[in-house]
Amino acid sequence: MSGDNPAATFRLEALDVMDEVERALLDLGRRLGDAQLIDAVFRGLHTVKGSGAMFGFDDLADFTHHCESAFDKVRKGLVPATGELVSVILAACDHMRGLIAAEADVAAGQVFLDGLSAALAGAQGVTPVAAPSAGAHWRIRYFLPSGCLANGINPLALLAELRELGDCQITALTDAIPPLAELEPTDCHIGWEVELSGAITREDIEDVFLFVLDDMEITIEQIASESTPANDHLPTAETGAIAEADRATKNTARVSETVRVPADRLDDLMNRVGELVIAQSRLSQLAEDSQNIALRSVSEEIERLAGDLRATMMVLRMVPVSQLFGRFRRLVYDLARETGKQIDLVTDGEGTEVDKSVAERLFDPIVHIIRNSCDHGLEDAAARRAAGKPEAGTVRLFAHQAGGQVVITITDDGKGIDVAKVRAKAEANGLIEPGANVSDHDIVQLIFHPGLSTAAAITNLSGRGVGMDVVKRTIEDLRGTIEVVSRPGEGAVITLNIPLTLAIIEGLLVRVGQGRYVLPLSAVEECLELSEEEDRRSQGRSLISLRDRLVPFLRLREIFACDSPPDPFQKMVVVASGDARVGLVVDQIIGSHQTVIKSMSPFHRRAAAFAGATILGDGSVALILDIGHLLASAQPREERLRAVG
Amino acid sequence: MPLADTMTNRTNIAWSPDGTLEVLTFDIGGEIFAVEAVLVQEILDPLPETRVPGADPLVHAVINFRGRVIPLADLRVAFGMDTALTGEDARIIVLQIEIAGDPTLIGIITEKVNEVTTFLASAAEPPPLLGLRWPRDLLRAVVRRGDDIILLPDLATLFAQVTAPSGEPATLV
Repeated sequence: MSGDNPAATFRLEALDVMDEVERALLDLGRRLGDAQLIDAVFRGLHTVKGSGAMFGFDDLADFTHHCESAFDKVRKGLVPATGELVSVILAACDHMRGLIAAEADVAAGQVFLDGLSAALAGAQGVTPVAAPSAGAHWRIRYFLPSGCLANGINPLALLAELRELGDCQITALTDAIPPLAELEPTDCHIGWEVELSGAITREDIEDVFLFVLDDMEITIEQIASESTPANDHLPTAETGAIAEADRATKNTARVSETVRVPADRLDDLMNRVGELVIAQSRLSQLAEDSQNIALRSVSEEIERLAGDLRATMMVLRMVPVSQLFGRFRRLVYDLARETGKQIDLVTDGEGTEVDKSVAERLFDPIVHIIRNSCDHGLEDAAARRAAGKPEAGTVRLFAHQAGGQVVITITDDGKGIDVAKVRAKAEANGLIEPGANVSDHDIVQLIFHPGLSTAAAITNLSGRGVGMDVVKRTIEDLRGTIEVVSRPGEGAVITLNIPLTLAIIEGLLVRVGQGRYVLPLSAVEECLELSEEEDRRSQGRSLISLRDRLVPFLRLREIFACDSPPDPFQKMVVVASGDARVGLVVDQIIGSHQTVIKSMSPFHRRAAAFAGATILGDGSVALILDIGHLLASAQPREERLRAVG
Repeated sequence: MPLADTMTNRTNIAWSPDGTLEVLTFDIGGEIFAVEAVLVQEILDPLPETRVPGADPLVHAVINFRGRVIPLADLRVAFGMDTALTGEDARIIVLQIEIAGDPTLIGIITEKVNEVTTFLASAAEPPPLLGLRWPRDLLRAVVRRGDDIILLPDLATLFAQVTAPSGEPATLV
């Protein structure tokens, strides 16, 4: 983490905390009254308030203070948590994010505060959960962690907070102070013994130490209790505190093992590793050509190391999709409120990892798909009852890894896609001939076609100008595929196949004329030899029959205008994306190749057949073919419709 | 022309206040050309070229410049010169120019690299209206030096047509 701009660092961390608060709030919305969640929200708000004030975000601190005090009431059991309160605080969280980013209008905060007081008033009137026992006496002995001063903990502030609780006698414990020669002046060696009396519960005391509890020594004991009920809840409070401390320790452990690194430094490292891989493959080629055994063994060693390094590098950039999925919970929560439908979001496979940049670029398309599912797919409660389904609709997000790809499915249990409507619309737009023999499956894929939206009325939710065609294009830019399966009356499943990373792909190296080209191996279906006879026969047309299927093909020699004579035995590589496939005729199939992708400069923007370039073992450059572009250019009209969807 | 005259971007370097401009001169198609010296990153021996099918003939290929894939431009295409000519003295000059605000490396093919020299603004003239075989807007200036005439191409205009996203000339910022 760079320390040169504390405000920027604060922003990053505060946004993380806000994410945690939001997560806890969303959970709380389902399990009102879960004390751990209430604590988590309170802790998060308290942190944002405290560190906000420290870094000069006074408006933020001020605003957060109100939310924190509201939650303090909930935590103390003065006010029960209600759905209304949760949703007000969620809205307030958005305002806090705005304040953190210094974008929000400070005055706009008043609206949220008004909502907050209304929600609090509404929640009032239910009897508080636990009343503090009157007149308890407590003895607290504690030693702060020795490094606490360096961590910004102020022992005086803790004592002041204790003093606020009630009558208080404080004795300093000085027996742990080492002789002067061994004294570490920046450490805290003093302990304290505090005797407290008044209407105080154990929780009140623990609250004071909430943020230091994890690695300090503390004993809290009740002396000469005047009221017995306190004993009843002592054991539970004890276990609660232990669980709390446990969790806190786990949290700190996780934080200390994480290093925040700017993404561009990772990109730099990635580039270096890419160049190392290229240099290494040159070395191994030299070593193979030489008779020098020692050189060969060193080369093999370096090959192994470079491979490991590359694998490690890839993992560094990986983030679990839970980060992505977490952001959709809020979306679904809001959608449910907007549409008045009951919607459950179920996520699974959150541990699946994907490259950070891929994860970021997946957010918008998935948002759109979920919006569509909630808005058009899921029926309202009455219709669902009539169809014999549970009233609450379910949107299921599931991720898993399959080979070099991450598969993400978004399933809803709504009414499915109206095939007849899509067909009618497609016919009206001239996408298909009226009455053309196109299967339902292919028709449904047309929802990804530009200018085809089946929503009869454009609503606030999905009619925001981004169509499913944009979703499809974004996914294809990631070299992924998208497919939809609809079961009428049961719902729709949208499947995204996304490559794990954008930086390195497994490629198939081919030669066309003098030039060498790379095909993404994930798109290659099969390689076959075009017999001389077949080659001649197919000169006049561009379709070949492959296992009872007609596959269009492209002679890359012609497209690339090669003037050298063709090899006698032409090969064909069949590549596919979704349902569309095309055969590419090449002179030679060289083999698989670890391809470090370099993007094309703006000078070659118009050479659309290429997705990028890579450097081969001998130092020469090979171009990477853009499968999507080749597929689109090979499909005749109807076929193209299917490919473009 | 107004484009080239008002250019203050990082591709077409302005004359310094004392009326000089440092340039690197080279030969192509029997003429002497010059590029602004501060743009020059490196001078390379010819490298294996990888043809990019479908690319503009001006930037017909890419090369591997130390692990980076950079475009290779042949100015002879723009000036209607014979592109077949290569000799022992052929070199590639690698320039760093700016495309839409992003620094971009590009190699240009030369038949011979001459020297780094200083142009005097007093010896420079705008491209004459008559007597040129080439479109005027491809040149920033024509500079007299002894008996020679040196051409200072307008790289921003030259490359703008190729790098524009949709075939229209790029707006240079």
